Amino acid sequence: MIPAAFDYKRAGSAEEAISLIGQYGDEAKFLAGGHSLIPLMKLRLAQPTVLVDIGRVKDLSYVRDAGDHVAIGALTRHMDVEKSPVLAQHAPLLAHAASHVGDAQVRHRGTIGGSIAHADPASDLPATTLALGATYVVQGPKGKRDIAARDFYKGFLESALAADEMLVEIKVPKMNGAGWSFQKFNRRAQDWAIVGVAAWRNNGTSGVALVNMGSTPVLASAVSSALSSGASIADAASHAADDAEPQGDLNASVEYRTHLAKVLVRRALEEASK
Amino acid sequence: MKVSITINGTTQSHDVEPRTLLVHYIREHAHLTGTNIGCDTSSCGACTVHLDGEAVKSCTILAAQADGGTVTTIEGLTKNGEMHPMQKAFMENHGLQCGYCTPGMVMAAIGLLNENPKPSEEEVRLGLEGNLCRCTGYHNIVKSVLAAANK
Repeated sequence: MIPAAFDYKRAGSAEEAISLIGQYGDEAKFLAGGHSLIPLMKLRLAQPTVLVDIGRVKDLSYVRDAGDHVAIGALTRHMDVEKSPVLAQHAPLLAHAASHVGDAQVRHRGTIGGSIAHADPASDLPATTLALGATYVVQGPKGKRDIAARDFYKGFLESALAADEMLVEIKVPKMNGAGWSFQKFNRRAQDWAIVGVAAWRNNGTSGVALVNMGSTPVLASAVSSALSSGASIADAASHAADDAEPQGDLNASVEYRTHLAKVLVRRALEEASK
Repeated sequence: MKVSITINGTTQSHDVEPRTLLVHYIREHAHLTGTNIGCDTSSCGACTVHLDGEAVKSCTILAAQADGGTVTTIEGLTKNGEMHPMQKAFMENHGLQCGYCTPGMVMAAIGLLNENPKPSEEEVRLGLEGNLCRCTGYHNIVKSVLAAANK
């Protein structure tokens, strides 16, 4: 399968990329690792007329200890997130979740920023960064702005990014030793999750987010509220799907997804509480 | 657009459409047909090659993205008529049946050992999760990779 024809532009910096995307407007798309976009283009589900390749913007690939949070460049590849010693120490949930994205070949090319900007509810890292209370730094022609992960996801493959804005950094609060768990339920090793759960717990606070339980990644606020008011894990997990509007598909019905979310949230909370 | 890629030690330049996928560049412009196209949806791994030293799926990369890069395909493994130790291990352990997944499987397995030279059996199985064998010959494939790792 071959994508529809397009013009290819290569950007050497974030500024150049933003200026290029501004020139070509809505029909242009950024190309990072390409592991979400190119499959869609091959299926002709996406037909941008211009691709702005940002894959060589080297200064957007980093993982840095930034005091109370870890700063991750948007073009950091999944494999580098998975193997980052800084994340292993300060946000091990994210490093572990990255190791579950696709397969090794995909993780060598796909980027954390590409995955988040693509805003696929079935992807692992949007939900994981949502659970961790991350902030996304986006850059446009007028400079940078911060968007909280909980305000970022607007609909299926839709985000708060404006057409001329580019995601440049992900700020992940340090987990400070919180217990955590990542549960991914699928049929084949490399598949997307039928349902997934990213969760952490520390004293009275917690964060729980769901993969593939709606048109966006879902923050399971009802679970955290229940936990903070003293509910048992089993009781809190019974609220797993309260904030979700799952869809049925060939892998799972709405009822089955709802059931899975409750089971996986319970398992996640049990593991995070050890 | 003009794209230059060093494939198996030889730098080649070709004029291609921007939408040309790396696997098509390898097969149709460089005329190296050892790299197979399987599912064409980045699931099966038959098209796995090394780009700048890492295993990647060449059906999901534009040739333009690999411009200036270094690619190794299955044809590039043989040195002076000697098979690569991974190829030998596949031969000795009957790590292939129909052979269609084999070039990608061998490239992925070499990539795995580059990153983890002494993997456990479980790590081999997990490390090759991106490569499917429709003959279901996984048992001997895993055996082959473990044999290569112990050489």
